[in-house]
Amino acid sequence: MSVIAFAGAAQFAAVGYVAAGLSWPAIGLLTFLLNARHILYSAALAPWFRGRSFVERAVAAHLLTDEAFALSIAHFRRVGRFDAIGYWYGAIVTTLIPWNVATFAGVMLGDAIVNPQRLGIDVISPAAMGGLAIGLISGRRELAAAFGGAAIGVAASLVSSPTVGIIAGGLFGPLVGLLIPPAQAREVATIGSPESAGRYGVPRTPGSATSDARHEDRSR
Amino acid sequence: MSTDLVPLAVLMFAVTYPSRAIGLLNPAIDRLPRRALEYLQLVGPAVLAALAATQVMVAPRDDRWVFVVGLPWLSVLACLVIVAWRRSLFVGLAAAVAIAIAGRAAGLP
Repeated sequence: MSVIAFAGAAQFAAVGYVAAGLSWPAIGLLTFLLNARHILYSAALAPWFRGRSFVERAVAAHLLTDEAFALSIAHFRRVGRFDAIGYWYGAIVTTLIPWNVATFAGVMLGDAIVNPQRLGIDVISPAAMGGLAIGLISGRRELAAAFGGAAIGVAASLVSSPTVGIIAGGLFGPLVGLLIPPAQAREVATIGSPESAGRYGVPRTPGSATSDARHEDRSR
Repeated sequence: MSTDLVPLAVLMFAVTYPSRAIGLLNPAIDRLPRRALEYLQLVGPAVLAALAATQVMVAPRDDRWVFVVGLPWLSVLACLVIVAWRRSLFVGLAAAVAIAIAGRAAGLP
């Protein structure tokens, strides 16, 4: 399952759904909802994949997870451009392989761990997600989006369920971030410029040489 | 090893892959206005923060979801502080796990 679906939290949930006797269409629907956040990840990564082949993007999509997204987009922002090796390294070496090795270890040794909570295993996932979010915060807008996403996510979870809460937080959290005026966020870079790449994570576009030159003039 | 879950895995792939591919394989994404691109670049912090918060602050109880306060808050907070300070997720995770182990050994919930 870890290789075919590679769906992280949805895999845990699916096993619970099967144990609870849910029908397959219901499992499919719940899995779709649980992974609907990938729509946002995919859209956010797409500008960086501009010009890449269809096959490369199709394979990249299969390996798109929370971790692969956060690691790769942070890397792209750092270097200011798409970096194929950076994406595949983040998606395969640091995510796909460890996930499958750990899954296998869990299948083999899981019964030996009577109480995973005593080993602190339950805090790894939220701590990792929070840590990855910190890695993407480079200004007040991102900070506001993170706080907004967390608050909305928790509120919606209490009203409905965490599945809905995560989607709500992901959809509306960025709107909270956009409420921060650009001046306060110090986001004044011309799109396509190195500044813009750093602040917005927007990849350089053809014809950005003009804005690059302008940036260099300003910094002199 | 049982292969009973392979059909389930295929089903999960079938319902998961489209959401992963819709953005990456859609050429219209390239023509989004700047405001939409700004929105998309804030998606990461928002989704990941929502994931973290819901995992530590919401738990099932009596067929409903309730707000909970507990040791995982401290663990995750320590991780966030360390990642912000040292830029090391590995050290942050190690600290979070160590706090959880120590806290539970001390009888904290």
